[in-house]
Amino acid sequence: MKLLNCPINGLRPVEEFAYGGELRAQPDTAACTDAEWADYVFHRNAAPGLKQEWWYHVPSGTWFVAERNTMTDRVERTYLWGEA
Amino acid sequence: MRLPHQPGEWIKRGSRVSFSFEGKTYSAIEGDTVSSALWAAGVKVLGRSFKYHRPRGILSLANHDINVMVENGIDINMRADVLPVIEGMALKAVNTSGSVARDYYSVLGWLAPFLPVGFYYKVFHKPKALFPFWERVIRRMAGLGVMNPKAPRVVSPKQHLHCDVLVVGAGPAGLSAALAAAKQGASVILADENAQLGGTLSYDHAGSGEALDLLESLRAEVAAQPNIAVHLSSYAAGWYTDNYVPLVGPQGMSKVRAGKVIVAGGAFEQPAVFRNNDLPGVMLGSAAQRLIHRYAVKPFQRAVVLAGNDQAYRVASDLLAAGVDVAAIVDLRQDGKGSALGDIPLYSGYCIEEAVGGAGVEGVRICPWDGQGKADLSRAVFIPCDGVAVSVGWAPAAALLYQAGTKMSFDDACQQFVPERLPADVFAAGRINGVYGLQECLADGERAALAALGVAATENLPTTAQASHPWPIVEHPKAKNFLDFDEDLQLKDFANAAQESFDNIELMKRFTTVGMGPSQGKHSNMNAIRVLAKLRGEPIAKVGSTTARPFFHPVPMGHLAGRTFHPERHSPLHGWHQAHGATFTTVGVWQRPAYYGSDKAAAIAAEARAVRSAAGMIDVGTLGKFEVRGPQAGEFLERYYTGHFLRQRVGSTRYALLLDESGVMVDDGVVARFAEDFYYVTASTSNAAAVYREMTRRLQTWGLDATIVNLTGSYGALNIAGPKSAEILGQLTSTDLATLANGGAVETIVAGAAARVINVRFVAGLAYEIHAPAQTLPQLWQALFEAGQTAGIKPFGTDTQRLLRLEMGHFIVGHDTDGLTQPLEAGLDWALANDKAFYIGQRSLQTQARKPLTKKLVGFTLEAGAHPLPEECCLVIRDGNIDGRITSIAYSPTLDKVIGLAYVAPEVATPGSQFSIRRQDGVEVSARVTATPFVELA
Repeated sequence: MKLLNCPINGLRPVEEFAYGGELRAQPDTAACTDAEWADYVFHRNAAPGLKQEWWYHVPSGTWFVAERNTMTDRVERTYLWGEA
Repeated sequence: MRLPHQPGEWIKRGSRVSFSFEGKTYSAIEGDTVSSALWAAGVKVLGRSFKYHRPRGILSLANHDINVMVENGIDINMRADVLPVIEGMALKAVNTSGSVARDYYSVLGWLAPFLPVGFYYKVFHKPKALFPFWERVIRRMAGLGVMNPKAPRVVSPKQHLHCDVLVVGAGPAGLSAALAAAKQGASVILADENAQLGGTLSYDHAGSGEALDLLESLRAEVAAQPNIAVHLSSYAAGWYTDNYVPLVGPQGMSKVRAGKVIVAGGAFEQPAVFRNNDLPGVMLGSAAQRLIHRYAVKPFQRAVVLAGNDQAYRVASDLLAAGVDVAAIVDLRQDGKGSALGDIPLYSGYCIEEAVGGAGVEGVRICPWDGQGKADLSRAVFIPCDGVAVSVGWAPAAALLYQAGTKMSFDDACQQFVPERLPADVFAAGRINGVYGLQECLADGERAALAALGVAATENLPTTAQASHPWPIVEHPKAKNFLDFDEDLQLKDFANAAQESFDNIELMKRFTTVGMGPSQGKHSNMNAIRVLAKLRGEPIAKVGSTTARPFFHPVPMGHLAGRTFHPERHSPLHGWHQAHGATFTTVGVWQRPAYYGSDKAAAIAAEARAVRSAAGMIDVGTLGKFEVRGPQAGEFLERYYTGHFLRQRVGSTRYALLLDESGVMVDDGVVARFAEDFYYVTASTSNAAAVYREMTRRLQTWGLDATIVNLTGSYGALNIAGPKSAEILGQLTSTDLATLANGGAVETIVAGAAARVINVRFVAGLAYEIHAPAQTLPQLWQALFEAGQTAGIKPFGTDTQRLLRLEMGHFIVGHDTDGLTQPLEAGLDWALANDKAFYIGQRSLQTQARKPLTKKLVGFTLEAGAHPLPEECCLVIRDGNIDGRITSIAYSPTLDKVIGLAYVAPEVATPGSQFSIRRQDGVEVSARVTATPFVELA
C-alpha cells in the first residue's frame, strides 16, 4: 500500500498519513473485568485478514477509518468515523 | 572490424570520438558503447572473470552479464556493453593484476580443480586467527572495482511522474501496447533501457529489411501520439506496491506512479554450457546481431552457429548478410531444422563439446550427442573459427512481475516460465508470455493494453513451441563449462552442491552463489534450474525459481540518496535570540536557545541567578497551544485529562496530565479557563502534534459539542519568572497581578497588545506565561526586556530552564518518566480525579492501584564531595540490587548543592532516607532523599 484514499482529500501518497492503530470497541470501563480491560489495552490479533484501522491525513488533520486486508495489503475502503 | 553503413545503425558516422582503455587510445564513433568500439578495433579480451581471472569478451552486449566492467577512477563497475563512449574517457578493466591482457592472477585458472565451490568456507575458517589474513588475500584476488573514497559528490535529480499506463520495454510488444493504450486516450509512459526504441526490431533482421520498415512506421506512430512520453536509456529498477516504479536514467530517477503497468521487457538470451564457453568470441546470437545492426561491427570473420531453436537460423542469416563466413550450423536438436541456409554445413544432433583457444576462439570441437548432456567425444570434429554465435534459448525478463507478486509457471512446450496469475493492474506482453513471433508479439501488446484499460478481456495467445532448448548443457571431463559467468560457476559445482544436500533452489543459490553476482542470474538462473531439476529427477515446475528482488540493474547510490534537507521551525523571537548571542539547541523540529553566550556553565549560572534574585524571561512559544471551545468543552477536557475541569473557576489554571489507555503518563500541560465555554490548553513542545492529533480523534469518537483550534504556530509565548517579575510585568499592564496569584489566568492588554497571562510556577514561585499572536510577540518581549533592565532581567534558555525546574522539583514527562511510568510512581495522586466517571487511562490505574508500587520518583541531594557527578541514568543500588535510576541531576548554584530526581524503592522514598548511586566509573556514591521543591518558594 503506497496510496491511500482520504475520504476528504482523495488518493494521496502514504507518506502523508499516520497510522492510528486498529479500530476496536472500548469495553464498558465500569462493567468490564480487569482481564477484559487488559485484553483491550494490550492484546492485538496479528492474524492476517480484513482489519479496520485508524489513519490520519497529517496535512489536513483528517481522521478516518480504512478497511485493510493485511494479507494482501489492499485497502478495501475508507470512510469517516461514524459513516460506516 | 567496422562494416559499411547498416540500415538503422545507432552510430553517427560523421562524429568520431577517442577514448583510452587500459592505457591505449582507441577511436570510436559517436553512438558506440565501449564494448562495441573495442570489438570494432579488434580487441577481444575486454575483461577478466571474478574468480579465475579468465579472459572474457562480449557475451550479451545487453547488460545481461558483467564480462566487461570498467572503472574511470571515480565510477566503478560500469557495464562497458552499454556504456556510451564519450570523448576523452580513460578506462581500465576492474579486478585485474597487471593488465586485462596479461593478468597475473589468471594462474588461478590452473588451480581451479583444487578450488571447488564452498572451498573458501571450508578451508579458511580454521585456524580462526588466520581468517583475517586469508580474507584480505581473497578479497584482493577476487572482486570487482575498487571504490574511490575521494570521489566527488554528485547531485542526482529526482522527479515524480504519473500516467494511466506504464509500458516497460519498447520492443514490438511494448510499442504495440503503448500505441493501443494511447489510442484509447490513456496517458502512457513508454520506458526502455536501450538508447533507441525497437527492442528486437532494431537487431533481429534475419537478413531482411522487414523489421526495420516496421520499426520505422511504429516509431512514426509513437512520435505522432501526444499522450505517449518516451523514456529511453531508462530501466525500471523495481516494482513497488500500487504500481510505483522508479525509472533510472542517465539524468537521474523518475518515480512513476502508474494506473496500470504493462511489462513487455522481453527475454534474456541464455548461454549454452560447454567447455570453454566463456572464451572471447563465444557470444550470444543476439549479441552478434546487436554488433552488426546497431554498431555496424562485424562480430567475427568465420563463425560457427550453435542452434537450440529456430532463432539461430535468423542469426545465421544476419551473419551471412554482414559478410561473415558461417563455417557450420551445429544444431543441438536431433530433428534440427532442415532448411540450412545455402550450402552451409548443418550438423543436426551435434553439440559443441569444447571451444579451443587462448585469448580468443580458434575453433570448436563438435560431436554427436544424446541431447541429454553426453557427447560422443570419440567422433569429435574440429572446425576452425574465430567466433561462435549461440542461440539456444531464453529466460523471461520477469523481475518486475515477480516483485509484483505474479505466480509464474513453467510452460513445457515453450520451455519457459510464463505468468500464470497476474496481480491486479499488472499485465505482461510479448516474449515474457512465451510469445515469440513478431506478429504475435504485436498482437499480444495490443491485447495487454486493451485488457489493462478494461476495453476487452482477451485470451492469452498460445506460446511459441520450442523457443528454448530444454538442455543446452554439455558435460565435459575437463570441466570449465561455465554456467554463471559472474561467479565462474561450472557445471560440476552444481553436482557438488547437490551432493552436499544443497539441492533446493534457494539453498543451491546460496551455496554456489549462482545468480548472486552483479547480473543477478539474468544469464544463469534458467540453466541452474534445469541442472537442479535434472539432479533431483523432477520437472522444472517442481523446482521453481528464486525470487527476483529489486533492483533490476544496480542503481548508483547517488540516485538513491535523499536530499540533505532538515526542515526546522523558528519561534517569532528567533531573530532576537540570534542578535543576543543565543546558543541554539534542537527540540523536536524547533530551534530553541539553550543559553545566551558561549560559556555554557557561566551562562547557565548567571541566568539562574537572575531568575532567583531578580527576573528572567524565556521564549516558550514552542509549547503546544490549543483552544477548546463549545458547550461541552469542559466535558471533553474532563475525559481527556485526569483532572477536574467542569468545576474549574473561570480565570483560573489547572494542571493537565494526559495518560494513555494503559495508564502511562504521556504528556502534561496547563488548562486555563477564560469563559464557561472557552478553555486554553498547553502541551509540551515535543508532544504538541501528537496531543492535538489524539484530541481531534477523541472529540470525534466521543461525539461532544466542542471545537479544538491548534494555535501552536500562530501564537507565541514567553515566561517571565523571578521575584521581580510581577513588578516588571505590572509596568506594562493595568491588570491587577495580585488576582493572578496561585494559578490565575486572564485575557488582558500587555504593552498595548492583546495577551493571555497565566500564572505558571514551573521554574519559579512567581512566574507568568504570556501568550499572544506570533506577530505581536517580538514587541511584547522587547517591551518586557526593556522594562526589566533596571531590575536586572536576563533572558534564559532551555538548559537553564531544566536546572530551574529541577530546583522546583518538577519532573519532565518523557525525561524523568518513561514508557512505563504511571502517575502514582511520580507522586501524582493529587492530579487524579478518580471521582470522575471516566478519563483516559483511569481503568488501567484502578487495576494498578491494587498492586504495591515498586518504585517512586523522589528528589535527592548528593552527599558532598562526589566528583565527577553521576550521569543521568546511573543506577540506584541497595544491597547490591538495582532499585531504580536517576533521571535528572545538576549542580544548583543557588543551593550550592548537587540535586536530582531518582526512582527509588518505596521503602526509602521518605525524605532523609539514604541510598547509593552507582556512578559511571563504578564507584558508589551516597545520596539522601530530599523533599521538593529544593528551593524556597518566593
